[in-house]
Amino acid sequence: MAPAEEIIAGHWIKREELMKFVKTMLAGASMLGLSMAAAQAADCEVTHWWTSGGEAAAVSELAKAYDATGNHWVDGAIAGSGNTARPIMISRITGGDPMCATQFNHGRQAEELVEAGLMRDITDIAEAGKWRDVINPPSILDACTVDGKVYCAPLNIHSQQWLWLSNAAYEKAGIPVPANWNDFVETAPKLMDAGIVPLAMGQQGWQQNLAFQVLLLSLLPNDVYLEVFKDKKADVAGGAEVAKVFQAASTARDLSADSNVQNWNDATNMVITGKAGGQIMGDWAQGEFAIAKQVAGKDYSCLPGLGLKDVLLAGGDAFYFPVLSDPEKTKAQGDLAAMLLQPEVQVAFNLKKGSLPVRGDIDLSAANDCMKKGLEILAKGSTVPAVNQLITSDTRTQMEDLFVEFFANKDMTPDAAQKRFADIISQAE
Amino acid sequence: MATGRPRQLFRNIPSKIAAIPMILTASVVFLGGTLWTIAYSFTNSKLLPRWKLVGLDQYERLWATKRWIVSFENLFIYGVCSLVFSLVIGFVLAALMDQKIRFENTFRTIILYPFALSFIVTGLVWQWILNPDFGLQGIVRGLGWDSFSFDPLYNPDIAIFGILIAGLWQGTGLVMVLMLAGLRGIDEDIWKAARVDGIPMWKTYLFVVIPMMRPVFITTIVLIAAGIVRLYDLVVAQTGGGPGIATEMPAKYVYDYMFGGQNLGQGFAASTMMLLSVLVVLIPWAYLEFGGKKRV
Repeated sequence: MAPAEEIIAGHWIKREELMKFVKTMLAGASMLGLSMAAAQAADCEVTHWWTSGGEAAAVSELAKAYDATGNHWVDGAIAGSGNTARPIMISRITGGDPMCATQFNHGRQAEELVEAGLMRDITDIAEAGKWRDVINPPSILDACTVDGKVYCAPLNIHSQQWLWLSNAAYEKAGIPVPANWNDFVETAPKLMDAGIVPLAMGQQGWQQNLAFQVLLLSLLPNDVYLEVFKDKKADVAGGAEVAKVFQAASTARDLSADSNVQNWNDATNMVITGKAGGQIMGDWAQGEFAIAKQVAGKDYSCLPGLGLKDVLLAGGDAFYFPVLSDPEKTKAQGDLAAMLLQPEVQVAFNLKKGSLPVRGDIDLSAANDCMKKGLEILAKGSTVPAVNQLITSDTRTQMEDLFVEFFANKDMTPDAAQKRFADIISQAE
Repeated sequence: MATGRPRQLFRNIPSKIAAIPMILTASVVFLGGTLWTIAYSFTNSKLLPRWKLVGLDQYERLWATKRWIVSFENLFIYGVCSLVFSLVIGFVLAALMDQKIRFENTFRTIILYPFALSFIVTGLVWQWILNPDFGLQGIVRGLGWDSFSFDPLYNPDIAIFGILIAGLWQGTGLVMVLMLAGLRGIDEDIWKAARVDGIPMWKTYLFVVIPMMRPVFITTIVLIAAGIVRLYDLVVAQTGGGPGIATEMPAKYVYDYMFGGQNLGQGFAASTMMLLSVLVVLIPWAYLEFGGKKRV
């Protein structure tokens, strides 16, 4: 355009005026260029299942940061739990209507989608961002890696192995807040006398399954956990040590008998309001405490590994990027992937979400007591991979069916449940 | 081209062309999809269909799964009860409605109204009504009857009947309307003749009117049966299959394993079993209904 402008200008105006004209034109052109760039930036639809109060607040941090890159975050929240959301996401991807990016728990949930070539390889972005060096623990990135290629951007580390306790409930019962699971079980009758449900538990299979996994990890050595879920040794799963865990689960069943809620956040709310003594839930429960303006250590307490051992069951959320044909959207995906790992985004998101950052090199001084406990364990490297990274969705569904039945049916003995558990492990891939 | 001698194939061609889309839909989507599903139920397909045959493995696992067996029992209990009760209640309501009562339109509307609600809404409403703390039990206790206990949804042994109540509430209205239409189709003269002969009213209904309403009954039964087999949303909304696995249904098992469990093979095997159970009922009936007539 520029030569043409000079010719036109040369014909019609003098030199000084020309300079002025060119300047104005340049300014105009650059303005135009900017607005063109803004128009080029694509809408990016991101599907996820973060719908509780604390989760929604964390998502809005991501949306804010993403809109600042000039792209536009289109929120595709799917209510319900991951079990509701994942089928919808998967059918959209396999059915030829892929979104720009989608949440999964990293691990084996998206395994076949990657193998079928439906997910975009983002190794170049990972290398540019030096993910290999900054992500801690490395197992989190390994869970995103298939055949040496990176397919997802890890966002946070969620650990499941927490016991959340209501200080108010224990004050009402007139006893000190327990220091570990054994204390908790011992003091439970006193809570019951005070009209408090000892253990809040949502009546959904995944929550009960989670509680069982946490009991198994906390009560037994890490080796046993890995032998059961990683090596899938049915004899260990059916053995004497794991039998103790089923006894503990049966205790948990008795303690949660009066908890009639369904959703995990309703159960957390029982702890927040002091109607229940405690809840076994992942660190995402922390977001609910934060929304309710409760302070860790003062209003509620948290025990990682049920207070029995310092260990982190590290799973988490990651974003996957389906293969798209539109180059603009593909670029928007890249922008999003790079943004998710930026230190500021990591801090802002994880503080709201109550999860831990995937980068070991950032400052989280604003973190509360419970998060600091988690960060300490993470720094010590005392982590084991979460069950979802080790087993398939199929096996997970079978286990959820088992535990939802076990927790609802008082007549089902721990032995019978363990036998079925061992069967499931023996068939697992 | 067929102007000379119109052959059988080309007779009435516009209506045949008009039927092509439906024929294609029926054969490709329904029949083709069914055959495809059955074929892949013998594979070990996980998230994506994959042609790797494993014989009857999926079926063996299916019938060794407690949840599936409970689901099937539930379907049976719900199916039999729902069929019997909606027919009986629907017919009795229609017969009452047929007594030339005042405000018939109003009553008809009120009784049919639940049918306008989706199963999701029905499920939620009945979840609340049957909630022991806020619902029916809470209200009766609030009135002073402290020992009153009615919480089917929280007792695994009878939870399926909590679902049944909601299903009947939603579905009987339609049955009543169909029956009423059938009753109105019965000639007045038949009633007059019965009265002249001194036959009591209940006997007239049972031995004269009902046999005459056979086509209406068949339509109604088909509608109810279709509703039973595909029962899914009511359970999801009302109990989510709980407490425990007490109100699980086959359709929910199929969905959960196909999508949630990422195990297509298992889901296909379960849906093939559903198809089979429908056929077991349908084939003997169709044989009696249509097979007999052809021979005559």
